[in-house]
Amino acid sequence: MTDDKISQAEKDEAADFADRAKAQAAGAAETPGAHTLFDVQEMELNFGPQHPSTHGVLRVVLKVDGEKILEARPDVGYLHRGTEKLFETETYPMGIPHTDRMDYIAAATSNHAFCLAIETLLQVEVPKRAQLIRVILDELQRLSSHLVWLGTSGIDLGAVTPFWYAFREREQILDFFEEYCGARLTLNCMRIGGLPFDLTPGWTERLAEFVADVPARIDDYEQLLTDNRIWKKRTVGVGVISAEECIEWGLTGPILRASGLEWDLRRARPYECYEELDFVVPTRQGGDTYDRYIVRVQEMRQSVRIIQQCLAKLEPGEIRGKVPRVIKPVAEEVYASIESPKGEIGFYVVSNGTNKPYRMHVRPPSFINLQALPRLAKGHLVSDLVALIGTIDIVLGEVDR
Amino acid sequence: MTLSPTFWTYVKVVLLVATVPAIVGFVIVLAERRIMGFMQARLGPNRVGPQGLLQGLADLLKLVTKEDITPAKAEKAVHFLAPVLAVIPALTALAVIPFGPPIQVGKTSIPLWVADINIGLLFLLAITSIGVYGIILGGWSSNNKYSLLGGLRSAAQLVSYEVPMGLALVSVLLMTRSLSLVEIVRRQEVTNLWFVFPGMVAFFIYFVAGVAETNRNPFDLPEAESELVSGFNTEYSGVKFAFFFLGEYTAMIIISCVAVTVFFGGWLPPFPNVKAFDVLDVVPGAIWFLAKVSAFIFAYIWFRSTFPRYRFDQLMALGWKWLIPISLANILVVAFAILLFPGRTTGLVWLSWIFGGLFVVMYLLAKLRQKLAKRDRLAAVPQTVEG
Repeated sequence: MTDDKISQAEKDEAADFADRAKAQAAGAAETPGAHTLFDVQEMELNFGPQHPSTHGVLRVVLKVDGEKILEARPDVGYLHRGTEKLFETETYPMGIPHTDRMDYIAAATSNHAFCLAIETLLQVEVPKRAQLIRVILDELQRLSSHLVWLGTSGIDLGAVTPFWYAFREREQILDFFEEYCGARLTLNCMRIGGLPFDLTPGWTERLAEFVADVPARIDDYEQLLTDNRIWKKRTVGVGVISAEECIEWGLTGPILRASGLEWDLRRARPYECYEELDFVVPTRQGGDTYDRYIVRVQEMRQSVRIIQQCLAKLEPGEIRGKVPRVIKPVAEEVYASIESPKGEIGFYVVSNGTNKPYRMHVRPPSFINLQALPRLAKGHLVSDLVALIGTIDIVLGEVDR
Repeated sequence: MTLSPTFWTYVKVVLLVATVPAIVGFVIVLAERRIMGFMQARLGPNRVGPQGLLQGLADLLKLVTKEDITPAKAEKAVHFLAPVLAVIPALTALAVIPFGPPIQVGKTSIPLWVADINIGLLFLLAITSIGVYGIILGGWSSNNKYSLLGGLRSAAQLVSYEVPMGLALVSVLLMTRSLSLVEIVRRQEVTNLWFVFPGMVAFFIYFVAGVAETNRNPFDLPEAESELVSGFNTEYSGVKFAFFFLGEYTAMIIISCVAVTVFFGGWLPPFPNVKAFDVLDVVPGAIWFLAKVSAFIFAYIWFRSTFPRYRFDQLMALGWKWLIPISLANILVVAFAILLFPGRTTGLVWLSWIFGGLFVVMYLLAKLRQKLAKRDRLAAVPQTVEG
């Protein structure tokens, strides 16, 4: 925002405040000194940035009447590190580690989207084996990201036990990542044109063993939550949003699918080898927190199926395409996006023919999904706000970049 | 030389005030953490002492040596008073709990309760409801918005749940015709029946309300961590925080003790006075009592690791729209049964059968519903793509 825009916003706010003060004074004059039980008494509540359930450093400025939310204004930027600008100062391959630090719960998908954008720019073909391994890594990441979401949103609603179960499984997934690329969180596990390493011996067998076990574990979580009366009470009908509204807000991912639209980039605009794979895009019609929960749980089951199919298809081969040593794409603009666990993550690259991008813009699903929070939270209670922040599934690293 | 009863009373008071906080700190808190650890596929504290047995000591040291902070602009006197108000009534209420039958020491018989007053139950309800003030005032005086919200929640929640709790106990009073807790236990001995059977509905209502009264899951709204940071005790640290903690756990003990005394025959073994079960009398009464209370504490812990939290309006709806009407209807049914069958036990036995049947039917219905829901859920998402 430019300076005069800011000052305009400030002026608006001040005018708004003055109006309200005047209205209040007028109201007070009508009924001198008498506050009835039904008066709206606004209290401003600072929800975050230090709060146990804002999932990081999100600050939500709440206007509440008792516990009812009149207005919720997310205030983001506490974790801003200027990632988009950093991309411009470094060569293309050096950008990949920065993507790790955006959605640090799902680094592989950020890596993937970034690499895909550059590959589209270079028009590089990724070998089959690399494609399959990429899909495996993506789906493992989706599994682990949904597990984190499941655990933390359970805690947000007071159910502490699913958290430990979910993290037990996530720990195993991180072990697989660690064995593959040495890192557990900031993976840096993809390269432009393919992958940095081939799989270690025995990795696929152990992974097959693990994923075969996952559906039973998911049954365990569902046992605790899905038919739980309190869980349903807390989630059914909370934060309802229709598919039309989702599109207007630009919401993607499980939120959109829980509102009834079958829009999954893996199916709608297939990348890598997703079109050869057999999987269902789970959708629900209600568009509330409960449906988003169900959709994510079903997605976890589908991820297992995808991983199993990829493991079956895996054959020895190249893991990197023909990429020039120094990456100097032609001057062009490219947008490439994939389905991350949170929604559509896309990279818009403007190349000027040098070895560094001229401009790199990220379409972060968390940030765009978070926009809908005021719309979702209005009229609900403070307890529901926590459920809503959980159900949007944000990662502040990605929101603020 | 015989010692006067007054002396023994002093001994008992000192013992209670000394042991209950110790039990809370060393046994219940550790048990809670270890049991929750077990349920959540983790270990729980096991570093301090063998199996973590000295964890309580470490916690105590930490809390005592911590800086005691009073926020600026807090209502200082009230801020200080609140934790005291949370603990003292809870400890006082222990006075009327009969922990076991009187024991013989030489010629004197020492009762295992501090006082057997004829308005015991009323005294309990009255004194425990004072503890509520501690929480409300603590939340209000902290000068913190989250504390205030926590205090407001507890004000509404605790006051609302006093009503069904009292009403649930009224239906038991119809059976015992006495408010004295010792008399209630003796009555169960005479009727050969724990009152949980004829008072099944009352027991459920009492325990649900009891969990709500003690701010435990799934009714832990006043301190809902994920919503209100720590609720009413956000601004408390050190010893004052420990007092709130102690108050909460002592309240848990009291709710469990009353549930055991009123519904589960206090110090009596199962099937009291029935010849075939005389073997059970070998175990001393106090041990039975302790075992039953432990079972309740375990249930509390179990709840905590199983349930999500209610939302505030839902909590209120549960209390006012369900528990209170049901408990009123229950009083009516119990009163009629006692009126229709004037004998000492006939009415109660009838009630037991009716409620037992009701319970079984409802359990089966709930199971069926669960099954159907699961089937629908699985049917909703196909496992493969067609076409």
